[in-house]
Amino acid sequence: MAETVHLKGKDLLGMRALSPAETELILDTAGGFRDVLKRDIKKVPTLRGKTLVNLFFEPSTRTRTSFELAAKRLSTDVINFSVSMSSVAKGESLIDTAATIQALGADFVVIRHPASGVPHLLSRRLRASVINAGDGTNEHPTQALLDAFTIRERKGRVEGLRIAIVGDILHSRVARSNIHCLRSLGAEIRLIGPPTLIPGEFVQPGVQVFYSMDEGLEGADVVMMLRIQMERQDRGFFPTTDEYFRLWGLTRERLRLARPDAVVMHPGPMNRGIEIDSGVADSPQSVILEQVTNGIAVRMAVLYLLSGRPQEARV
Amino acid sequence: MAKELFDSKDIDRTLTRMAHEILERNRGVEKLCLVGIQRGGVHLARRLAEKIAMIEGRETPVGALDIALYRDDLNIRREYPTVRKTEIDFEITDHVVVLVDDVLFTGRSIRAAMDALMDMGRPAKIELAVLIDRGHRELPIRADFVGKNVPTSLMERIEVELREEGGEDRVVLFSGGERDG
Repeated sequence: MAETVHLKGKDLLGMRALSPAETELILDTAGGFRDVLKRDIKKVPTLRGKTLVNLFFEPSTRTRTSFELAAKRLSTDVINFSVSMSSVAKGESLIDTAATIQALGADFVVIRHPASGVPHLLSRRLRASVINAGDGTNEHPTQALLDAFTIRERKGRVEGLRIAIVGDILHSRVARSNIHCLRSLGAEIRLIGPPTLIPGEFVQPGVQVFYSMDEGLEGADVVMMLRIQMERQDRGFFPTTDEYFRLWGLTRERLRLARPDAVVMHPGPMNRGIEIDSGVADSPQSVILEQVTNGIAVRMAVLYLLSGRPQEARV
Repeated sequence: MAKELFDSKDIDRTLTRMAHEILERNRGVEKLCLVGIQRGGVHLARRLAEKIAMIEGRETPVGALDIALYRDDLNIRREYPTVRKTEIDFEITDHVVVLVDDVLFTGRSIRAAMDALMDMGRPAKIELAVLIDRGHRELPIRADFVGKNVPTSLMERIEVELREEGGEDRVVLFSGGERDG
């Protein structure tokens, strides 16, 4: 008989809630789905008859599209709710929207919201599995999982690697999820950026903070660049974008301080010439496009593992 | 109650005979490939390929197929099965694919495996090789190459243990076990 597997919870709300064993399970399962994406017929019948609702209260193309493709590759139907076209714009409350989604018969609700904690609130109201696709500055778990998967594919492991995360740590849910995820898998984390963008809460065992790019990048196996969120920079965290690039931008010269086989990552969308030099983004060391492809496999694995829960664990 | 049906020598002799039968039926290895169903079938497919290479002096491609994503019981199972790797790094379109599994029982795994193969190409022909056929088919499926027919009751359980999984080679019949398959 085949061994069975599942995640403990009904939902995927954040990396904080996952055990290292659950994280490994998602990464191992994603390996099987990566194979499906390499074939001519990139679709399997596994989750036929299920429905996924994309509920996005913030603009997003790549994450929403990635979830949509992941669901479609598994034969799950997809409905996209975006805030501008739905009744949310007409003043409907979040709870009423949730009730509506329930009544539509959704099995999965993928939510992105500008306020931290909204997916957690929804998860208590819904029988469906809630997947956090980014809540405020809190978490973005599937991004961390796809980053860990990409690192494991390229480096064969995560444990013991020196991973530099560079940029606007303060506003980054990607950084928060990645720090939890990569630390739990045994990586050594270095945070690099201006002091105004690395708050003290991040100093913890296994995490070192550097305000100098040159010092922080030394010997790094992975350089993970974060997007400077222009929409959140109205309070003067750094003088100008030119100044930012001069001090914390990833250039070819700086990348030479990392290990020669270091890989460069970015969650996208990139600001070329602000946080990353265009040539670096397109260099053979860049795995930015692999991250996009791997994101579909990891999201397929999450949908599969959340579906296969024991019935009595359902709310 | 456990009864040993095959020891390692029995398994080896049986696989040697099956390798000859596969070659006889297909008149050699031209356009032939072997695909094992995860996990036991994969080990058996590799062993059959070694024997075929010894007999014919030519390599036959061997692949691994995971059927978790194609099972017909996902809607009624309490939990989903582990997803393992599918590794078929060769063309199957217009080739004869010999599917290899350890135990043939209800036939449902083979149905899933055939659906999975069809999504990867259009084989000229699919043949089925199993070490043990224990009967109780629930679908119109039969094996082309059988190591041993073992009439069983539904209360019995058959386990094929292979050295690749860390133990010794043997096939054991347990009575009163739960249904597997």
